[in-house]
Amino acid sequence: MWARAVWLSLRAPFGGRRGFISTEDPQGSGRITAEMIEHLERLALVDFGSREAVARLEKAIAFSNRLHAVHTDGVEPMESVLEDRCLYLRSDDVVEGNCAEELLQNSHRIVEEYFVAPPGNIPLPKLDEQEPVLHS
Amino acid sequence: MAAPVLCSGCPQRCWALVWVYGRCRHRRGAPVGSTCNWMRGQSSVAQQPLHTARKPRKGEPEWAAVVGLEIHAQISSNSKLFSGSQVCFAAPPNSLVSFFDASLPGTLPVLNRRCVEAAVMTGLALNCHINKKSLFDRKHYFYADLPAGYQITQHRLPIAVNGSLAYSSCAGTKQSQMTTRTVRVKQIQLEQDSGKSLHDDLRSQTLIDLNRAGIGLLELVLEPDVSCGEEAATAVRELQLILQALGTSHAGMAEGQLRVDANVSVHRPGEPLGIRTEVKNLNSIRFLAKAIDYEIQRQIQELENGGEILNETRSFDYKLGCTVPMRDKEGKQDYRFMPEPNLPPLLLYDTASLPAGADSQQVINIDQIRERLPELPRVTRERLVQQYGMSWDHSFTLLNEVDLLAFFQNVMKETRAEPKKVTSWVLNTFLGYLKQQNLAVRESPVTASALAELLDLLDSKAISSSAAKQVFEELWKNEGKTPAQIVSEKKLELMQDQEALEQLCHSVMQAHPHVVMDVKGNPRAINKLIGLVRKATLSRADPTVIKTILERKLSS
Repeated sequence: MWARAVWLSLRAPFGGRRGFISTEDPQGSGRITAEMIEHLERLALVDFGSREAVARLEKAIAFSNRLHAVHTDGVEPMESVLEDRCLYLRSDDVVEGNCAEELLQNSHRIVEEYFVAPPGNIPLPKLDEQEPVLHS
Repeated sequence: MAAPVLCSGCPQRCWALVWVYGRCRHRRGAPVGSTCNWMRGQSSVAQQPLHTARKPRKGEPEWAAVVGLEIHAQISSNSKLFSGSQVCFAAPPNSLVSFFDASLPGTLPVLNRRCVEAAVMTGLALNCHINKKSLFDRKHYFYADLPAGYQITQHRLPIAVNGSLAYSSCAGTKQSQMTTRTVRVKQIQLEQDSGKSLHDDLRSQTLIDLNRAGIGLLELVLEPDVSCGEEAATAVRELQLILQALGTSHAGMAEGQLRVDANVSVHRPGEPLGIRTEVKNLNSIRFLAKAIDYEIQRQIQELENGGEILNETRSFDYKLGCTVPMRDKEGKQDYRFMPEPNLPPLLLYDTASLPAGADSQQVINIDQIRERLPELPRVTRERLVQQYGMSWDHSFTLLNEVDLLAFFQNVMKETRAEPKKVTSWVLNTFLGYLKQQNLAVRESPVTASALAELLDLLDSKAISSSAAKQVFEELWKNEGKTPAQIVSEKKLELMQDQEALEQLCHSVMQAHPHVVMDVKGNPRAINKLIGLVRKATLSRADPTVIKTILERKLSS
């Protein structure tokens, strides 16, 4: 349609990928590239610190790829186990809130009834510059 | 905050669907600072008046700009989209936050019926197809004001799709030449609002208030059918009026109830669309137009200088009148959309498909909502033009000012005067006074009844129109007097005694025989006589009546 639609479709489309492996490596050897690791680390803020962790990830993906053995042509995908349930509609009344004190007790630091967070989004360093840092 | 009246009295402008931008060059590739005479007075990008953009010379390539708007409107409801905490503008920090809003473990979203109705109403008003089945998804990103780490939205299957928003734009100077443009509505979806962050750079921290977190938003994604700042501004203004008429959103941009992001790109006609940039931080309609026009100019300049446009997010700095890159949004975002596992599909019904014996609280009937839709601004304007014979410009102005239409209709109810007179007094005199003193209609010292009474006096020829203006000025002082009282106090009544008037005319004619002689040669000299008679009557006679009497006397 136009530039934005093209850009949107480049984002990981929901359900579009049939397993990371087939798109990265046509041989299906199950190798995850360094770029993929870096991407996942930034998204999920986890630390794939060791080679074992990456290997475990590859094994997990291989395990779940066995789903491809199931023949699903012409079958509607199930998006939610709740698909036959009725979505309950609540009436528009105020019944909650007013518990600032209780909520603020959960926070490590508060300033005058505000939660305190680090400033903005701290950009992660690049993979080749230094080891990725785990954010608390 | 009064939005600018965009259409009344606007100078000669002609907006084609493709925005043609010409640049003055002797040759392509000439440096920007060339000493071409045309460039003088056009160097400042931010202030370049749009209608003096020069048409391209033969052989020079044109530019077309494309703007896609994304609008977030806060739904006007008592409680939030998925929780029962209150929706309120100003409240102590974190006092309107439930456990779900703070995303404490073990909490679940429960959909607010009012928000769904608001979405359906808005979809119907914008001619959308309402999806009888829509789905909720999670959009993941990390930011301190999004405690869950994801926002519940409708990415795959939104509640309404494929609509249109019609707005009018000025073409030519004639008031009758109002062309209608439409921008297609790609989709309308329900989503959660995030909390508010207050950046404390001094102490290197951010303070988070979650009062706003979880409030229902309508995201309206418009197709890129808009091609310049003014079109975008008019379209957004019309959307604002529609949302306010429906009651689905207060849609105040300054209060953050209506947020607009613009995706801007330029390209040569016939070629594929260019790289787009996203412009944010637009908190008034005026800045929206300015920012878009600035960004279009910036991109054209950049490309003509051989540069590249980066696919980035930019913020509008209203003090400098320019867009600057936003530091926080570097790199592409992968939102990892997934279905919201805690919410089944949202099913809507119409009268035909309504299940028998269903709990009316638990089902939403689209047909019922369609029947209850209030009158939309376009229809109101048409009705005003038909009913009162006013021009399109007038109908725009009446709807553009808060409470002005109600005021006008109240005056019409109580007065015998002609609609045209009422329109003129309300839009010129009344509105003029309001604007001069920066008052809202609600704060007006003159009530609709008072104005109606004044217009009745004028209509019955009890006072002249200049006297009426004096009375209005007195009324504005709000000293508690009625128009009739002011008229009698200041002796502004028109002379009703025909004989006395004739006597006066006669005596004036006697006193100024040379002027009478002049009239015989120059008919326009009668105005001098009229003036003299008026002075003699202390401005209490109707000039047209004086003229008739004088003419009769002169011809006899």
